[in-house]
Amino acid sequence: MPFIPHTDNDIRTMLDAIGAPDIDALFEEIPANLRAPGLPGVPPALNEMEIGRLMADFATRDGRPLNFIGAGAYEHHIPSAVWAIVTRGEFYSAYTPYQAEASQGTLQLLYEYQTMMASLTGLDISNASLYDGASGLAEACLMAVRANRKSKSQRILLPVALNPTYRDVTQVVAGNQNIAFELLPYDPKGGQTLVSALEPYGGQDITAVVLQHPNFFGTLEDVDAATDWAHANNALMIGVVNPTSLAVLKPPGQWGRLGADIAIGDGQPLGVPLSSGGPYFGFMATRTEHVRQMPGRIIGRTLDLDGKSGFTLTLQAREQHIRRSKATSNICTNQGLLVTAATIYMSLLGAKGLAQVAATSMLRTQQLVDALTRVPGARLAFDRPRFHEAVLLLDRPVKPVLEALARRGIVGGADISARYPSLGNALLVCATETRTLADIETYAQALAETMRNSAAAA
Amino acid sequence: MHEKLIFEHSAPGRSADAQYPQVPVEAPIPAALRRASAPLLPEVSELQAVRHFTRLSQLNFSIDTHFYPLGSCTMKYNPKACNQYAMLPELLNRHPLAPESTGQGILQILFELQEMLKEVTGMRGVSLTPMAGAQGEFAGVAMIRAYHKARHDFARVEIIVPDAAHGTNPATATMCGCTVKEIPTQANGDIDLESLKAAVGPQTAGIMLTNPSTIGVFERHIDDVRRIVHEAGGLLYYDGANLNAILGKVRPGDMGFDVIHMNLHKTFSTPHGGGGPGSGAVGVSERLLPFMPVPVVGQDGDRYRWLDEKDLPQTIGRLSNFMGNTGVLLRAYIYMRMLGRDGMQRVSEFATLNSNYLAARLRAAGFELAYPERRASHEFIVTLRREAREWGTNAMDFAKRLLDYGFHAPTTYFPLLVPECLLIEPTETESKEELDAFVDAMSAIRREAETEPDKLKGAPWTLPVRRLDDVRAAKQLDLTWKAA
Repeated sequence: MPFIPHTDNDIRTMLDAIGAPDIDALFEEIPANLRAPGLPGVPPALNEMEIGRLMADFATRDGRPLNFIGAGAYEHHIPSAVWAIVTRGEFYSAYTPYQAEASQGTLQLLYEYQTMMASLTGLDISNASLYDGASGLAEACLMAVRANRKSKSQRILLPVALNPTYRDVTQVVAGNQNIAFELLPYDPKGGQTLVSALEPYGGQDITAVVLQHPNFFGTLEDVDAATDWAHANNALMIGVVNPTSLAVLKPPGQWGRLGADIAIGDGQPLGVPLSSGGPYFGFMATRTEHVRQMPGRIIGRTLDLDGKSGFTLTLQAREQHIRRSKATSNICTNQGLLVTAATIYMSLLGAKGLAQVAATSMLRTQQLVDALTRVPGARLAFDRPRFHEAVLLLDRPVKPVLEALARRGIVGGADISARYPSLGNALLVCATETRTLADIETYAQALAETMRNSAAAA
Repeated sequence: MHEKLIFEHSAPGRSADAQYPQVPVEAPIPAALRRASAPLLPEVSELQAVRHFTRLSQLNFSIDTHFYPLGSCTMKYNPKACNQYAMLPELLNRHPLAPESTGQGILQILFELQEMLKEVTGMRGVSLTPMAGAQGEFAGVAMIRAYHKARHDFARVEIIVPDAAHGTNPATATMCGCTVKEIPTQANGDIDLESLKAAVGPQTAGIMLTNPSTIGVFERHIDDVRRIVHEAGGLLYYDGANLNAILGKVRPGDMGFDVIHMNLHKTFSTPHGGGGPGSGAVGVSERLLPFMPVPVVGQDGDRYRWLDEKDLPQTIGRLSNFMGNTGVLLRAYIYMRMLGRDGMQRVSEFATLNSNYLAARLRAAGFELAYPERRASHEFIVTLRREAREWGTNAMDFAKRLLDYGFHAPTTYFPLLVPECLLIEPTETESKEELDAFVDAMSAIRREAETEPDKLKGAPWTLPVRRLDDVRAAKQLDLTWKAA
């Protein structure tokens, strides 16, 4: 019996101890009319050899195309040591460290993680994770409503240049609690959010302003002006950031005169593979004064009975298992193992390595933009400084081009035309340190041939 | 055993040079947006990092190293194959937004997983996107709200939960903009039907139930509960935390539930990871099909594709940036295929056998069961109120002393309605020998409680740290390391 160790003798001895005639008798309290006749719709068992072969067949069918998509998930080199350690059973098969004394490994690692993320974001404190960046923004908006005691309006401003799925998820998760989201437009020439669009809200009760930096288009934002506007109008500033970029970009804690109040983002770039969308993790950092409004696990250092230092879950009075319907969030289990990966990743790269990854990714994206915009029918959408993504405008619909590239083994970018109809045929591309100049040349040639082989739509 | 902080291993200028491009590159960032000083990240060699984190791992209890009978969490063996074959390079490196034509393999896996979960739950549709149990709960309650709203039944904003419910149930109801009404559990462990009848009305959106309940017994009057709630116009939500107890024996869909979330990291053995990633796939009945969270995998002829807002215009929407915890879903798929239809039924059979055996043996050893007249499900509750009253040793003391004996503690002080309780869930993957050793340890601790109670009150004695001062942790907040 796979994964069940009982011998016939064990079963007899155990039933005797229970005083039951057979195993079926243990289910006697289930009303007979509800008993299931088994699970005929589930296929019969495979052994490990067979499932290994089946999975390899699935994987081979999907292959390994050359990837140029970012759009919220980024392909970076992951040191072998990261997942070799993450998948050790002591991390992989433990649970939430409720029994602190038996979980010091996980707890100390999370404390180290909190230290790294607080420093990376330039804020005082970090929690130990949320589900992902998108749902993290929803949690940040709910937190801002609790934390901004000067505001009663529950109005939050979101840029159009924010990842549109983040906007969707935030609406779904936070929208049931009567929060009103209003949109800030971007400059059609530069791609940055227009700080001037904030002016009409001056003097009004705004709970928080959200800014993604770099934004969904890859464009760098005017973070100082937006942050100062928020604070001048008694609004909190929520920064949505890419952790890799923080090795070279001014961190949210230093935006404007006072710094952003909450930083959130997706931790995936820190040692987590793309894996078709997850599991990733969300991070959140804030100022000490808001700690009791922060959702998610928080680890603190304390002393044991002998006065020796150790680590434990703290401020649990915020959480659902204590506060129940009054909790800061319903979040419980989230993405601990991915945080483990990120902590090991950041330890191996250090500040210097992470800055090199960021700078090399910027360089590769610039080289990609240069190569692709030499192809007739492709041009750059925005002229402002960017991080490691860029929007290209094509002279024809994007989807058929991407399908043609996919047949050549190239995943050429994300088609954002439907989400941004005013841009026209818009393609969001990304190159990280994992793409070589040869990769970029391969893509440019394939694009040129694809464009030659199909007539322009207009 | 003590391991320094990673920052205390650091030396300026040291790094794992093989791990990043060495050609110096200057980032062309406008001065006003440039980072002025480097973040505080470790400066260590690769070996130092590997040794540090390996040593940290050794400070943990885990399923791979210890019996871990944490009630309500289903800490069963996580087969190594599930990890190995979910981490094939093609699966790991696929971008979620890559064209569907490049992902037919993974889409087929997810489609088949949806189909298998429909079969084991008896539900009509499954969406895999929720990233944890609590997010599955959120999706479920949001669907219930969307259903009532679509019928213009705007008054239905109240969610009923039994007092024994997981904390996530009421917290979720609040997040969905609902109010919570608690109903009591009877002394025999069943729901108080009279209270339920009094609680339902035109304001009832639904009820959230776990069955078997959090006190480890099957709700025998589930047919009555269903009738009362449905006749009042409410829907039934099934919290799948305890699905391990009933796999192949009774299906939530057949019990009349309208929506269920499954904890794939419990029942389907994906790893708990020190606190996630989980996966909280949801299943729905016919009437909630239009409201499922997207994306969902659909099939057009021999092609698989994502169904999104265009296909399901009444969907509650998206819960994550992409499609949920795909890597976790792969592990659940591999596990389910390895068990097959018979293996899945054996899960509930042997989880229940182990639980009833452990309960019987602990009772014989002098422990008091909270519901002795009931058949245990896959878990059961011991109450240590006598031990607390007579010897001053409470449930936490027993839990901490168990750590010294090499066992992870059961869940303590949950559910809240049983005093000094241990919620014990052995799971099907434990051997009789392991269960016997646990009984021996509990019996030895009970003797200590009577004769040397300080051994319990001071426990643990043999772990990396002794009992930690939680009050100090919350009052003198130390959440980040600072250089001296």
